[in-house]
Amino acid sequence: MQKILFIDPEKCSGCRTCESACSLHHEKVCNPTRARIHVVKWETAGLYVPTVCQQCETPLCETVCPMHALKRDDKTAAMLIDYNLCVGCRLCVMFCPFGGVNLDTKTGKVLKCDLCSGDPLCVKFCEPQALRYLNATKVNLRKRRAAAEKFSDLMKKMLAVG
Amino acid sequence: MVWKRKIAYIDLTTGEIIAKPIPKEVRQLYLGGRGIDMYLLYNHVQPKIDPLSPENVLLVGTGLLCGIPALGSGRCDIAAKSPITEAVGDSNIGGFFGLELRLAGFDHLVISGKAEKPVYLWINDGNIEIRDADHLWGKDTFETQDVIRDDNDDEEVKCLVIGVAGENLVRFANVRTGMKNSAGRTGMGCVMGSKNLKAIAACGTMDIEFSHSEDLLDYCKEMNDLIMGTRWAKAQSRWGTLIIYSNTNTTGLIRTRNFQLNRFEEGEDLEPEIMDRYTIGMSGCYGCSVHCRHRYVLKEGPHAPIFAEGPEYTSLGAFGTMVDCKKMETILVANHLVNKYGVDTLETGGLVAWAMELYEKGIINDKDTTGLKLEWGNEEVLFELIKQIAHRQGFGNLLADGFKTAIAKIGKGSEYYAIQIKGMSSLHSDERPTPSLALNIATSTRGADHLRGRPAIDLYGLPEEMLEEVYGGSVSSDYTSYEGKSRMVWWQELLYAVTDSIGTCKFQTMFCAVHAPKWQEFAKLIRLAAGMEFTKTQLMETGERIYTIERMFNLREGFSRKDDALPERYFKEPTPVGLPIAKGKRIEKDRFEKMLDEYYVLHGWDGNGVPKKETVEKLGLGKEPSHII
Repeated sequence: MQKILFIDPEKCSGCRTCESACSLHHEKVCNPTRARIHVVKWETAGLYVPTVCQQCETPLCETVCPMHALKRDDKTAAMLIDYNLCVGCRLCVMFCPFGGVNLDTKTGKVLKCDLCSGDPLCVKFCEPQALRYLNATKVNLRKRRAAAEKFSDLMKKMLAVG
Repeated sequence: MVWKRKIAYIDLTTGEIIAKPIPKEVRQLYLGGRGIDMYLLYNHVQPKIDPLSPENVLLVGTGLLCGIPALGSGRCDIAAKSPITEAVGDSNIGGFFGLELRLAGFDHLVISGKAEKPVYLWINDGNIEIRDADHLWGKDTFETQDVIRDDNDDEEVKCLVIGVAGENLVRFANVRTGMKNSAGRTGMGCVMGSKNLKAIAACGTMDIEFSHSEDLLDYCKEMNDLIMGTRWAKAQSRWGTLIIYSNTNTTGLIRTRNFQLNRFEEGEDLEPEIMDRYTIGMSGCYGCSVHCRHRYVLKEGPHAPIFAEGPEYTSLGAFGTMVDCKKMETILVANHLVNKYGVDTLETGGLVAWAMELYEKGIINDKDTTGLKLEWGNEEVLFELIKQIAHRQGFGNLLADGFKTAIAKIGKGSEYYAIQIKGMSSLHSDERPTPSLALNIATSTRGADHLRGRPAIDLYGLPEEMLEEVYGGSVSSDYTSYEGKSRMVWWQELLYAVTDSIGTCKFQTMFCAVHAPKWQEFAKLIRLAAGMEFTKTQLMETGERIYTIERMFNLREGFSRKDDALPERYFKEPTPVGLPIAKGKRIEKDRFEKMLDEYYVLHGWDGNGVPKKETVEKLGLGKEPSHII
């Protein structure tokens, strides 16, 4: 079953532990600017949105890459960068609509989420479960259930009023 | 490696900035954060200086473990000689600034002198600049951060700022970062203001390297699971520190109307569940699994709209029980106001409650208050006083100097009603039924303060075998007992000293959960992160060293055993209400003094609270001030 990294911003507490865990795992250092995930914040409005590569079905990064350095992983369906081919032109950074690819200023390479080969570490470290690694078919069902809960609350209120 | 970050000496008078490495021997002795700050405080602050003079030194330090994805590791310690107590000034702040400072290349800042006009520090990837802050002066703590971010066109900049209270030299002005986090106590914002330093902004991209990154990652996950496995952390995740209120209030451990009652009888609206009406979710500091603070919205009422974060349990007391305000909304507004102006919630609430009692007793009248009717439960008076304090106007100007000065100015026996120790307000917990907690506020090096050594574990009545194993000696499980309580306080003081020095959150060590990470876990984290070896005994000794150098600082300033005291009312007035376990209780003077004797022995201090020669030698403090850094 295909799994996806599912983000629920409503649950994010903004602690940025995911950034630290990600950079520690991939780069062996703590450095949020070199993490593949980033929590975008509007602090004064209390809004926190984790942003990470969406592993698109029609990936613009793959489309624009002149070196064909982006390939889909058979097992996880993550879009992976072949650094033997990548020339660091940053077109993928420019075209990704989600900011899912970032530039590593230390190495000049581009960085993106590789789903930790099917066991994403950010998910393990996300205590509020704003990040989850779910079966693709379940994602929509979960969203429907959440929506239905709101609807059912409304129904209860209406019935109580009646 | 992690401990290779630098220390910067910034002289605001001359503009000179010098960066140096921090020798490993200092790390070995004091770790980082509060530990190194306390070493610097003892070494760089000359005895008996005026805390508001350019000679005072403002210290900023990140914890040794800053950056690890666990236990809220992004904390930062701010220290100076305190303008309210004239003793150790020190306050710990969560949020994201500590991490950003380390990412920008520095672990410690030593800021001396005074700028000619308002300035802020800009710290970015190994560089420090002193920048003009004329355009920031007069701005509140939220706006200041926004403008600095806009000026630098960078959303990721993190700042320590002061509000108008710090600019106006309100003696208990605080230092703030983000929406919620405050280095609240001991008036560090006042010291910043006295130096014309409006803000310290950091932004960095430098790697934080650890000794064993893969093992560290696994162990961090283990630590997060360990803390989240405790009921305390789970409750915190849902309600924040407000969760403490229900239990302590029912029992009768909450001071109400300053110190007249020990239970808030009509305080249902302050129950944590009430926050469901206002909260939009929780919020966490860097590297924290617990996320204990509310993001709340106030949509209606004369003060709406407000978006803010908090409030803490302490604010329930400061703006609720102590001043007899019965509505959560009052607290939400007051919390927002003190945060906006940058003034300590506890000191403000403590002073206002005291003034209300003085007004009731006729010690002060309408003439003194310039017409302000300081009646219990009057929220508009509370809001007005907060504004007056921050802007140094009217009666608030008198309170803005803190307890010591206000007592001296008002006189007329007003001191008796002041719930303060060493010049600093206590929180709203009523310690008369709980000798261990009473000893904790009396001995704290920074004045009446629960976070220096509170053995909150005492309230749980755990089996005595378990307590003996943890504390290494006999401790009564009855929280109204005096037996073994000195040991609890001493032990917690050492633990919190180390916690503040590695830069993790006190609520994620043994504060309210006995199984939470402590010595062994800290030792392993330090080994994996910094490659430094400590045994449990050595870490405890490090805590002892930090606490003892704080003690030495206070002794040098003229403090002694007489200052490790409780307000007279703790001995004279028995608690009037509460459950049988808490009713009719007062602290017995002779037993308190005996507890204090035992406490000094545990620290290796003599009967006057002066560290013995052998203790000083054992801890390597014989050569202080040694000026290594």
